[in-house]
Parts: sequence; structure tokens; C-alpha cells
Amino acid sequence: MDNTKIGHHISERFNNELEDIRNKVLIMGGLVERQIELAIEAYTTGNIELAELVIKQDNDVDALESAIDHECTQILALRQPTAFDLRLLITVIKIIHEIERVGDKAEKIAELAIKLNDSDSRISPYELEHMAVLVKGMLHDSLDAFARMSVDTVATITALDINVDREYDSILRQLITKMMEDPRNITRTLDVLWTVRALERIGDHACYICEHLVFMIKGEDVRHLTQEELEKRVNI
Amino acid sequence: MSEQIRTHAIDMSSVIRNKGTQDESNETCLKVENLNLFYGEKQALHGINMEMPKKKVTAFIGPSGCGKSTLLRCINRMNDLVDSARIEGKILLDGENIYDKSVNVAALRRRVGMVFQKPNPFPKSIFENVAYGLRIQGINDKQVLEETVENSLRGAALWDEMKDRLNDNALGMSGGQQQRLVIARAIAIEPEVLLLDEPASALDPISTLKIEELINELKEKYTIVIVTHNMQQAARVSDYTAFMYMGDLIEMGTTSELFTNPVKKQTEDYITGRYG
Repeated sequence: MDNTKIGHHISERFNNELEDIRNKVLIMGGLVERQIELAIEAYTTGNIELAELVIKQDNDVDALESAIDHECTQILALRQPTAFDLRLLITVIKIIHEIERVGDKAEKIAELAIKLNDSDSRISPYELEHMAVLVKGMLHDSLDAFARMSVDTVATITALDINVDREYDSILRQLITKMMEDPRNITRTLDVLWTVRALERIGDHACYICEHLVFMIKGEDVRHLTQEELEKRVNI
Repeated sequence: MSEQIRTHAIDMSSVIRNKGTQDESNETCLKVENLNLFYGEKQALHGINMEMPKKKVTAFIGPSGCGKSTLLRCINRMNDLVDSARIEGKILLDGENIYDKSVNVAALRRRVGMVFQKPNPFPKSIFENVAYGLRIQGINDKQVLEETVENSLRGAALWDEMKDRLNDNALGMSGGQQQRLVIARAIAIEPEVLLLDEPASALDPISTLKIEELINELKEKYTIVIVTHNMQQAARVSDYTAFMYMGDLIEMGTTSELFTNPVKKQTEDYITGRYG
């Protein structure tokens, strides 16, 4: 793995500190990816035990967030980093916030899995799973880009969000139809909607991670841009 | 847009604009053009080109021996005093080449004051130290001297501490006070440019902060060029930073850009403490 961007400081300890932070971010990312996977499985199979595990895992994610935050603050105060090192730390602080939010979404899905257990208002697992695979892939690829410290896949990842939004709209239409068919469905259908919404948001967070990554590597703020503008700026 | 909507649409641009942002209309005070300097056979500066804007702080950073002090000393022709030094190229102060034959070096140094790493007060009273520059210009009017001494000491943030000790020997002051006294002496003759060569490297952190604060106040009146080994200091006090390496100017830009997103890898390696 290319970590020349982190290494080569005269201070070996500083290299180690940055490497440690990067590893922790990747561990945190891996944990959250697993959380999504298990939450979806719990949702589609109605496995309550699995759902409870996901909820419990959120504590680990939160603890990691605090630990990484603390380490970043320490380095900012004690080493006064500049240039790439500075952008790396700022970015890590933002990225772990996104990852933590993704963890919350997985937790939310797990809670809904428990709530909706034995209910027939679960939408077809196939559609939900398809969307889950999409957003999980986006999150995985964005964390992978962070690990490689490269922006070459960023535009591809953010482009996928359009597909996620399209699937979300399509499922939303189905759910509205269901609610119109029989108002007694509304409460349960809304719960299904929250699940889909959580997945859609995970895709958004993956995109935010990508945007932070561009700042880290190129020093450019590419937030709040259209996909076309982002592609242009990343490819310069 | 309806009137109601218009009143709600607050213009946030002034809030969002970063306080530290440089204003665009920077007048150039000093311009270095293709400057080469040789100490005997050895070339110490290689074709330096840069502009230093008026009433801004420009910092030179770089490892020891990179030529930053040499370049600083070129700006008031201190290198004239070094026999083996030979200079090619131009330095324009307000558009005039200071290496032109017609330039009076003493007059130039009145316009370009300098403060060194080690404070060098004269073994005289505090008052006489500050008044010295005026006295050698032949100004002996008591009232003028008193006013200038007070203003200069105020300018160097030293008046309140020293106003009751003006007749004390300057050598009895602390290092930080001595350094501010030397700055007061430099600004007493109202130069346009102040050159500071490692002005805080021999001082404790609190005195250093006072000097840094002073630099920030002084730039309202003077163009300041500072050489420092302390990168955080350069980052704190300067508007522009130039990174030099082995006699070359590698990169110059606004301090905020140079310290967050430098263009050259050599700059990045240096400021982040990496070996290239």
C-alpha cells in the first residue's frame, strides 16, 4: 500500500501517529460496513439477534470516533502540522463524522428490523438488497480511496449516487401506492420508508467522504458542486 | 424579487469572506529582478525574482545556508560590506534600483531599517538609543527628540514599561525589551521598510509573542521583511511567505496558501518536516 504521503517525516513518531490514525479510520470504516451488512441481513431475514448485535456495535463505532478525534486534536496542538499533514487531520475529523453517521443509519435499520419483524409490510427484499449493495459498494470504495490516498475513483463513486436516488424514488412510489391502497398500512409503511431513507443517506455520506478526500489530496473544496463540476475539478 | 423576500435575503458575503484574505490591490514596494550573488567563486543566490507588497509582512523561510539572510541583507546593501560579495541584477525600491550608482547608501539605509537576531543597543541611556538616528542627522531640538522618542517607544510597545526609566542604561534591559528598543531605534527615523533577521530567535516565548504582536502593528506603517527559522512564526506573522533552498527561490505565495496547500513538493517536504 502506498503510504508515502504519510511517511518520510524526520520525526518517526509523527509518521507512526499519522499511520495509527489512518489505521483506526479504516478499522472504523470496516466496522460500519459490517454493520450495514448485518443490519440488512437482519432486516430481510427477521433475525432479531443479529439486529441487536448491530445496535450494540454502534458503541464501538462511537468509541473509535472519540478516540480518533482525540488523537487528531493532540497532533494539531502538539505538532502544528502544515500542508498535506494539516489537510489529512482536518479531513479525518470530518470523515469519521460521516462514518459515525453511517453507523447510526445501520443502527436505525436494525431497530426497524426488530420493529417490523413478522410484518408483511416489508418491501420485497430483492429491491432493498439491491439498494443496500449499491450504497455499501459506494462506502467501501470511498474508504478504499482514503486508504490509497487517491482521488482517481471519486467521480465514479459520486456518480453512483444518481442511481441510488433513482432507486429510492422508485421504492418511494411503491410505498405511496401501498399507503393509498389501505390507510391502515401507513404506520408500517412509513417504517419501511425510514429504512430505505437510511440507505439513501448512506450513499450521501459516502459522497461526502469523497468530497473531503479531494480536499485532503488536492487542497480543493469541491462540496456543493454538481457532478459535472466535480468531475472537472477532480481531473485537473 | 418581492420586497418582503428582499428584506429576508441578507447579504452574507462580508461575513463569509475570510478576515485573513489578502486584498487584491497590493502595491509593490520592493521588487527583486534576476538577482545573483556570489561570495568569491561561490554563488549564493541564483536568479531571484520576487515582489514584496507595500505595508505587508513577507517572510523568508528555508534551511540554514539557503540564502535567506543573504537576500535580506541585499535589500539595504549590507552585502556591500563583504569584500568578496558580488551582485548582479536589480532590487527596485518604489521603482528605483537601489544598486544604481547614483544611490547614496546611507540615505538608502535610512529608508530601509534593519534589526538583527541579537539585540544590539548602544551602551547609552534608553532615550539616547532611540534618539541616536536623529542626532546623527543633526537634529538636536529637545522637543522634537522627546516627541520622537515617545512615539517610537510607543510604536515598539515599550513606552508604558520604560517611560520612567528613560535615563537608565539600555544594557540593563531584558533581552526582549532590548529587541523592542532596537526596533524603536529603527522606526525613530521613519523608514519605509523594516528588515528583521531572526528578530525573536534569542527571546523567550512571551517576548517572542510581544515581538510578533508588534510586527502586526508595525505593518500598518511599514513594509516588513522577516527572516525566520521558526515556521510557525512565519505562519503567524506574515502575509506572504517565500521558501528558499540552496540559493534558489522555490516558491512564494500568500502565507495561508503556502502553509495549507503548497505547489512545490520541496516546499511541502520542508514545511511538513520531511526529508526530500
